[in-house]
Order: sequence, then structure tokens, then C-alpha cells
Amino acid sequence: MRIKRGVSTGTTATEFEFEGIVDVEILRTSFDVIRMTALIVCCVGFVLINGLAAGLANAQVTAQRLLNAGQEPQNWLMYSGDYAGKRFSTLQEIKVGNAEKLVPKWAYQTMAGGKFETTPLVVDGILYATGQDDRAFALDARTGRPIWQYQRALPGDIRPCCGRVNRGLAILGDKVFMGTLDSHVIALDTKTGNVVWDVTAADYAKGNSFTLAPLVIKNLVLVGISGGEYGIRGFIDAYDVNTGERKWRFNTVPGPGEPGNETWEGETWKVGGAPAWITGTYDVETNTTFWTTGNPSPSNRSVGRAGDNLYSDTLLALDPDTGKLKWHFQFTTNDDHDYDATQVPVMVDEGGKKLILQANRNGFFYVVDRTNGKLVRAESYAKVSWSKEKDSNGRPVPAAEGKPSPEGNRVCPGAAGATNWMSPTYDPQTKLFYVTAREQCDVFSTAPQPYDAGHAYYGSAYFPNDDAAPFYGALRAIEPSTGRIKWEWKHPSPTWSGVLSTAGGVVFTGDAEGNFIALDAASGKALWHFQCGASVYSSPMTYAVEGKQYVAVAAGSALFTFGLP
Amino acid sequence: MRVQARWQVFLICATAILVCLAASATAFAQGKNPYAGDAKMAKLGESQFRANCAFCHGLGARGGGRGPDLTRTPKKHGDADGEIFNTINTGVPGTAMPPNGATQQGVGMTEEEIWQVITYIRSVEKKPSTLSGDAKHGRELFYGNATCATCHMFEGKGGRLGPDLTGAGTARSTEYLVESVRNPSRRLAQGISEAMKEFSAEYETVDVVSGDGTKYKGTLLNEDSFTIQFIDLREQVHSFDKVALKSWKKSRESLMPAYDEKMLPEKDLQDLLAFLVGGGK
Repeated sequence: MRIKRGVSTGTTATEFEFEGIVDVEILRTSFDVIRMTALIVCCVGFVLINGLAAGLANAQVTAQRLLNAGQEPQNWLMYSGDYAGKRFSTLQEIKVGNAEKLVPKWAYQTMAGGKFETTPLVVDGILYATGQDDRAFALDARTGRPIWQYQRALPGDIRPCCGRVNRGLAILGDKVFMGTLDSHVIALDTKTGNVVWDVTAADYAKGNSFTLAPLVIKNLVLVGISGGEYGIRGFIDAYDVNTGERKWRFNTVPGPGEPGNETWEGETWKVGGAPAWITGTYDVETNTTFWTTGNPSPSNRSVGRAGDNLYSDTLLALDPDTGKLKWHFQFTTNDDHDYDATQVPVMVDEGGKKLILQANRNGFFYVVDRTNGKLVRAESYAKVSWSKEKDSNGRPVPAAEGKPSPEGNRVCPGAAGATNWMSPTYDPQTKLFYVTAREQCDVFSTAPQPYDAGHAYYGSAYFPNDDAAPFYGALRAIEPSTGRIKWEWKHPSPTWSGVLSTAGGVVFTGDAEGNFIALDAASGKALWHFQCGASVYSSPMTYAVEGKQYVAVAAGSALFTFGLP
Repeated sequence: MRVQARWQVFLICATAILVCLAASATAFAQGKNPYAGDAKMAKLGESQFRANCAFCHGLGARGGGRGPDLTRTPKKHGDADGEIFNTINTGVPGTAMPPNGATQQGVGMTEEEIWQVITYIRSVEKKPSTLSGDAKHGRELFYGNATCATCHMFEGKGGRLGPDLTGAGTARSTEYLVESVRNPSRRLAQGISEAMKEFSAEYETVDVVSGDGTKYKGTLLNEDSFTIQFIDLREQVHSFDKVALKSWKKSRESLMPAYDEKMLPEKDLQDLLAFLVGGGK
């Protein structure tokens, strides 16, 4: 009887069990006492256990802690680990000498299909991450047990370009921040997952969506829009962390009267694309945030939009307080091969120079002076045929014969690029830049189409070419001072996994065949691997709880962690 | 408990949605192409085709490595307008053909756009090739002198080293089939396709010397950075750690001999094609 009542009134599972055991009316009073006592014991116990297991779980992330993220390597406080975008950790419990002993620690299953692209955050024993279809969740980072789970109710007609994906969260105070596929920016309470605020950034029906992990700078949360395949007009936004109020917007395609608008033919700027769908970096010394943008629209057809098409495929230096542009450097002008520049712009200081390193989707590894946007060097790190020469500043320029044609034109790299959104890493110990490369050329052909709001706007098509040699992927270790490749780890087929480097001298990456791999950062020799059962489409990270180091990576519908036995 | 209640609501909703979907799918299946024969719509459909379909089905719908030639008729999964609509909209379970919108590239096409694509496909279709060959003799060759069945199955009978050819005749163009017979190494057949992996395995040839010195030759079934799986000439399946092998190499030279005019005269080839294309009849 009581069981039924319990069901219909929604009694908690704990009460349900008590009521099931105690069936004699006469014990009712004493049972109430027992129940109350049990409740108190449970509460006290919970507080104690919580305090013990999660340590500083209640200490909040401050703007100052974000600035010094590298000083607390047990935590992973933002998408790339630190503001420089290095995806490097000083943790070194796992090292070259013991990596072969790594074992799985736990897995968390979202049970969702599609690509699982998240990089988790870890703050004092709690792991926060996102999943397919705009899930978010908090787990005990030691056991993988969920603390809360959030699932956004997405409209049926959202228009993500490339899967119902999300790459992660940003955190400040008692909130984590998330961009959603229906173009909202939301804040969730760190302890409950409750929605604290929810603001609309753009109209999803026109093809706008968010897929990136936001970036918190001071009291603002910065996001960039996805949707370059839909003829959107790209932007980077900053929202007040407390209220969700929008503080500024930088339009990545300048409007009439703004500098750069003249680089668009006619009215094409209105549907110019140039989304900003990967998390930026931040230089506190100059108070500059660096963001990168994607292709102009239509993505593979420049006919009708003559000009450089600023600020597509561009590195932007913005004032984080106002969104004002300080300088820009465009990697690919008048792009018609979908050569998004949306790779994390990694800040590195070398030889007394303050640099941005970027292995670009167009096949060149760029070194840019981050104080003024001047190009230092551009060297190819994969097969390139779209450019044959460089301009007087050393910037590769497009070759006429590389344009898409009605019958198709074979161009390298192919449309997926020599790399893509998966994160690279810079290891200050080896002074090497590690990036996932892809060797594939595609045949680009034109497919003219009119702009139709909310519909895919490619303007062309591409196909893998008919080369006898199959395509492959590689992890390449690039020496930034020369652009030379020191070593490579060849993957049987191209992978969408990013790379993590650690002070233990171990770099981690995944492959399309489902392996998560540890390599010697100095030599590229494999130290260990684990078969995850599905291709890795994410960038790994590392953290520690109670002094034990964990490495985490998402693959299939599972988030895996590994550690020493 | 509330969780359970929510599940019940969810299940009811899900069932309702499925019923609606099934109903609408049936409606489409009975549907006629509203743009049939409209050249302007075919042109729009070509753009849609290039953006959404050509990656697998090739430029001009002539077939790519992984998708069948769509200029062929009749289509393997139904040739009526409504049936093709269904194939595009719901995909083909068990194959690499995904439901509309689930390719992770693009959002999928609207109903109108699907009809445009069908209009385009119709505009590039070739008349069914009239095969002059003798299918009965083709069957004799397949299972007899031409020794196809040593490595290939057809309707459950034959070998396992090469791809099953039961559906090949209806999925591939005659030109593709001829090329596969005359020059099998030109384009290797595709093998296992893993859910999240972009590229399928191919029927590459492997030569393996195991740790104990045993030599194997066979067809690669799958491979990753650390292991290989293959089937040897005796149809034994093996899986090895690469580091445990004395040596191994793979080659894109197919195990299948190139059947030139001497091995298979043109007339016999036509008979064989008639057998394959005619579905064994």
C-alpha cells in the first residue's frame, strides 16, 4: 500500500525503503524517531564525506585563480588548461618511465550518439563537462559518479553544421557557462546544475549555433558563434557573468562604414560567415584576447564575393573589456576551400619574443608577433597545393589554379584541412608544438546556389580524390623556431583527436581507430594505448585528486579516465 | 519514482512521435515527385546533391568509393519516386547511407530539396543497360571455370576472401563491375565500416610472418596502430599485435587476379555480368 502511495506522491527512494521495511503501525512513533536520527546522521555524514573526498569543493574559482591556472595543476580551469592555450600540465606522476602501467579508472556514459567533443573542467575534485545534444554534467572526479546532470530541451529545427556537439564549459564563482546549439548562452549553478540565467544571442533558425567552450575573462564570459555553413554573419560576444547581460559584440564581418567592409563585394557582407567557433586565449600583460575565425560564406565559392573578405580566416586581437579590435592578421584571403582558422591561437614566449603559434587548417604553421600582428614565419607542415608563393610579408597567397571548378579541381589540403578544431599543445620542456595533421587532398567543384536563410550555403562540393594512396593522419611535433617537423606518429587514418602534453614527458592523443595513446614527447615513441571502442573526437586533459593524476578523454559516448594502478 | 513517471511520459511521447513519423514516411513513400521533369528543379537538385550526397555518390552521381552509382536503374532500395524519397529521408539500415540530416555535415534537406535531388537523379539516369550475356552460362562460370566462387559469395554460396557479390550487380554500374574484374587493384572494395570512423577498411592484401615463423597470406579485415586482423587463404581469421610479428606488409595489389581477355574472353565477361546484374537469375 505504502509502496503505491510512495510512487504516486513521488517520495524519495530512501523513504520508500524505510516504509517498505516498517510495516507495523505500533512502531510508527519510534520509527519516526529512527527516521529523523537517520536523516541527521546522513546529513552529517554527507557533509563529512563531501568535505573529505572533494577537498576544496566549496572554494570558488576567482578571476585571479584563472589568471594563475598553471599554479594549480590538479585542476583544469578552462578549455585549453590556461589562458595561453598550451594544453600543457605540470603534473608528472605519469611519466615516460611508468606510462605503460596506465589503467582505466572510470568511465561515464552519456548514452548519446554523435561526436563527443568535450574537454572537461576539473575544480577541486569536481569534474564539469558537456556532451552531445547540449548535455552538461558534474561528476566526482575521483569516482566518476554524477552529482548533477543537465539536458537542454533543444528545438527540433536547430541547424548545427557538423553534429549536435559541444566542446565544453567555462567556470567562475558558483557558475559554469555554456553556449547552446539553439544559440543561447546559459549559466548553470556549479552545485546543482540549475539554470541561473539564459540569454538568447542569435536566431538559431538562420543557422546560428554555439559549439565552443566559452572563455571567462574578469567578469565577462566570451563566446563565438558557429554557422559559417549557413551564411550567418559571425560575431564574438561578451556577457556579464552575474546577469547574462551582453556587454559587447564584435562583428567578424564589418558593416557599412566600418573598416574592412570594402573587402566584400556588394551586399555579400550580410551573409559573410566568418564564425568564431573555437575558444580564444588571453594575454593579461597587454589585456588582449586572441580569437580566430572561420570561412567566409558560401564556404567553397568565392565567385560573387571578390575581395579579402575580412575578418574571415583571421586572427583577431581584441580588448576584452570593450571588444574593440587592436589588430588582425588574415591567414587565408578570399578563401574558397573552407580553410577555417579556428584553431586555438597558442601564446608562446620564445627568444624574447611574444608569439602566437598556429598550425592552420590551410596547411601552414604560422608564427605571429602577438604584440602587433606581424607575421614572423609561415612554413607548411602538411601537403599544400592551394598556394605556390608568399607575398612580401611572407604570407602564403592563393594560386589561381587552386580554385574550385565545375568539373572539379584537386587541391591539398582537402576541405577538412591539414588540421581542424582539435587542440594542439605546446610543451615548454621540449619546446615543441604538437598538432594533429591530416594528409588528404580533395576535388573541389562548384555548385552555385542562392542564399536561403537557414539553409546550408556551401556554393560548392568536395570529394575525396581518387588517389591510389589512402589518406592518413599524423601527430606532428613542430619546432616553432624553424617550422621543421622533429618527429611524427602516423595514424592509419585521419583522426579528430587533439593533443595534451605533460611535464612527465608524455603527450596524449587519440585516433580514429579508437585508441587513446601515450607517446614520448621527445621521440614520438608509443608508451601505452587503450582501445576506447570508438573514434576519439575530443582533446584530452589531465587533473589530480588526492595527489593521484588522471588523464581524461571522451570517445564514443563515454568519458574515460586513466591513471596509475 | 519521479524518474519513472517521467520515463512513462517520455515513452508515450516517443511512441506518438514514432507513429507520426511512420505515418508521414508512408505518405512520402506513396508520394509523387512534384517537380518531375522540371529542368530548373533538377539544377537546384544538382547543387543539393553535390553538397549532401556527392561525397559518397560521386560527381554526377556516378558512384564513389563508398556509395553506389545512382545513374543506374532500377535502384536497389526501390525505384519509385516515393521509395527513393524514403531511402534519402530514412537512410538504409545496415549500410553507410545515413538518414537525412544525420550525416553530421549539414542539417539535412527539406522535403522540397529532397524532391529536387530526386529530380536531378532522374535527369542523369541512364537507361538500364541491356545485357546481352547469357546469365545461365555466367552462373556456371562464377561457380566453375572462372573460379569467382573461390573467394566470393553469391546468395550464401562461395568463398570468404573477397566481398559478397550478392548485391553488387544492382548497386554498381556495369563499368565499375567490368573494372573490378579486369583491373581489381584499380579501386579496392570497401570492407568494414566503423560507426564513427570516416574511412572504411579496404580489401588490401597482407603477408604476415608470425612470431613463431608461420607465414600467412590473406585479406586485411581491419587494422589499427597496434594490431591487424585478417583472413588467410585457408579462410582462418587471425588477429595479431604488430609488435609480436616477425614481419608483415600490406599491399594495394589485390589478391584477385586481373581477368584479362585471355583468362576471361569478352563474351564470358558479358555472361558473368548478366548473372551478377540479373541477381543470379
